[in-house]
Amino acid sequence: MQQETKTVELTGAEIFVRCLQEEGADLIFGYPGGSVLHIYDALYRQDKVKHILVRHEQGAVHAAEGFAKSTGKPGVVLVTSGPGATNAVTGIADAYMDSVPMVVFTGQVPTSLIGNDAFQEVDTVGITRPCVKHNFLVKDVKDLATTIKKAFYVATTGRPGPVVVDIPKDITAARCEFSYPKSIKMRSYNPTVKGHSGQIRKAVDLILSAKQPMLYTGGGVILGNAAKSLTELTRLLNYPITNTLMGLGGYPASDRQFLGMLGMHGTYEANMAMHHADVLIAIGARFDDRVTGNIEKFCPHARIVHVDVDPASISKNVKVDVPIVGQVDPVLKAMIKEIKAGEARPDQEALAKWWKQIDEWRAMDCLKYDKTSELIKPQHVLETLWRLTKGDAFVCSDVGQHQMWTAQFYGFDKPNRWINSGGLGTMGFGLPAAIGTQIAHPDETVVCVTGEASIQMCIQELSTALQYHLPIKVVALNNRYMGMVRQWQEFFYQGRYAMSYMDALPDFVQLAEAYGHVGMRIEQPGDVEGAIQEALKMKDRLVFMDFVTDQSENVYPMVPAGAGQNEMILL
Amino acid sequence: MENESGALSRVAGLFSARGYNIESLTVAPTEDPTLSRLTLVTRGSDEVIEQITKQLNKLVDVVKLLDLTEHRHIEREMMMVKLKVQDGEQRAEVVRMTEIFRGHIIDVSNTTYVVELTGDSPKLDAFIDAVRGFEVVEVVRSGVMGIARGDVALRL
Repeated sequence: MQQETKTVELTGAEIFVRCLQEEGADLIFGYPGGSVLHIYDALYRQDKVKHILVRHEQGAVHAAEGFAKSTGKPGVVLVTSGPGATNAVTGIADAYMDSVPMVVFTGQVPTSLIGNDAFQEVDTVGITRPCVKHNFLVKDVKDLATTIKKAFYVATTGRPGPVVVDIPKDITAARCEFSYPKSIKMRSYNPTVKGHSGQIRKAVDLILSAKQPMLYTGGGVILGNAAKSLTELTRLLNYPITNTLMGLGGYPASDRQFLGMLGMHGTYEANMAMHHADVLIAIGARFDDRVTGNIEKFCPHARIVHVDVDPASISKNVKVDVPIVGQVDPVLKAMIKEIKAGEARPDQEALAKWWKQIDEWRAMDCLKYDKTSELIKPQHVLETLWRLTKGDAFVCSDVGQHQMWTAQFYGFDKPNRWINSGGLGTMGFGLPAAIGTQIAHPDETVVCVTGEASIQMCIQELSTALQYHLPIKVVALNNRYMGMVRQWQEFFYQGRYAMSYMDALPDFVQLAEAYGHVGMRIEQPGDVEGAIQEALKMKDRLVFMDFVTDQSENVYPMVPAGAGQNEMILL
Repeated sequence: MENESGALSRVAGLFSARGYNIESLTVAPTEDPTLSRLTLVTRGSDEVIEQITKQLNKLVDVVKLLDLTEHRHIEREMMMVKLKVQDGEQRAEVVRMTEIFRGHIIDVSNTTYVVELTGDSPKLDAFIDAVRGFEVVEVVRSGVMGIARGDVALRL
């Protein structure tokens, strides 16, 4: 570890702020409280690090996720001890499931009181341990700068993830000489970067021998900044490609080779191609149960290549034939080089047959819906949104039917524009995530697609959006049901809609206006386009569009839990 | 692993969170005070053991990991057993058993003996079986420690 030579004596709180400046973390999301008052005072006395005040700590973490997912930079959060920390836990768990690079600073009671059940004391390190990549409790102000350096290093390298740094109040008042380490080495943490060249050669041989190949790529492509290399490899091979929910935007959705999303609500062609593939090329994906369906029936004919930065993701759920541990981008680049240098080429005859088969599956038009309905169809809203924003908006989604429809109908041609809670499936994610995204991209169109149930889980953040003048466009698909719960109850519980009806809903137009925003209620299919156009024209206002949609609409196709990928329920 | 507070609970927490079983676990600092050595016995198919190995390696506090069952190795466990001994005959019998098992009597009172015994786990089980005729007041076992034979070593 190299130390800078010049040193000055500072308080822990000042050291904290200086560390953020050194890391280039000029934007943090947080909420003050007793244990972090010294830190807030130090923030007040400088102007390099900007602090965004949320209305609930969960919102701070989701906003930091939106910031991180849309920029690729780590999100930074600051909350107080006790309830500040516990409120942040849902967001931290969400970031852990989706491998979001993030550092969360939590205040803690003074070291002399730890373990005494002091006011606003919780064992933050203990509570967050199972849902962080790593966490630290700082016990000496002399360790603060090094710990913060380690936290950013661990959060952003290898498979990214959230790191919690718990800082007792007395540490922020104590003084010591400040110097920020330029680099850090940890003997117990050395993530792999380059893939093994022998494995890459083996993978290329297998890939080029395929008759019915399929590329299946996930969030690792987005996190690993590998969309360009993936596009190059896929075009070079002329193989079909599907993206997971987290991987959307990793390959241009408008391209002919793209078969749409796969999995529980994936397209017919993507799931059928997976089922019939003889070689599966999995890149930065983790064979999640929402993707594989019944593991016994998953890709029964395929030999599998799997590229992932996390060795524990490989052969966890599905045994693979050629594993490659490494960062996705360098591995893909090495594969491209290997293919170009070699003689072997894909079997064009087999490929032509395979594409013909895929086009037949495509002709099923599995995403079709009733376009003549007198009720607003949610798919129609999202298709129109996609058309009017030219597929180029940042779209932050909540969790449920609207999330799946967005994944199906809003085609992303670029990475980092689709921001949703995939692994944890956290209702309430969308609005704060849109806040973080809009702050990171003040001049871009940022949309929050939500439902009347999800939006109410973090509705208080409408106030944050007003404070920072964030012109988010909220597209609420209001079907007066927790739609995905209702769909499962219709399919699997004989229509016993237990607790899935959203009774006593607020008037969202008035609610938006009460928060100082613009509200619209749209009830006719013919008004959808005009409303979205009008909202998009209001460049400096948050517009809440409350679309009253068809209550009975379901997300198709659907692979029921426990079924094989090819056993889809179709409309 | 790093000799830091919380390191042990990361390991233990990983096992409970992912549904793996800990049969025994022993941990103590090493000759390098910044490191502690943890020996853990678990059971599972090859796939499960592979996954446990990978997940443990992911823990930032785990510095190095060795699956001893992949190598020729030695296992030892220590046990202390407190037995009630009522008369001279019983005392003589316990002394004899202890000699057979190459243990030591490390505490004597008017009514009890404490026997110390080291060996692999089946040997300790066998001793417990052998003294079933006596009243066993207390048994304390250390959990298994292990070391590889020959040149293989777990060190930095």
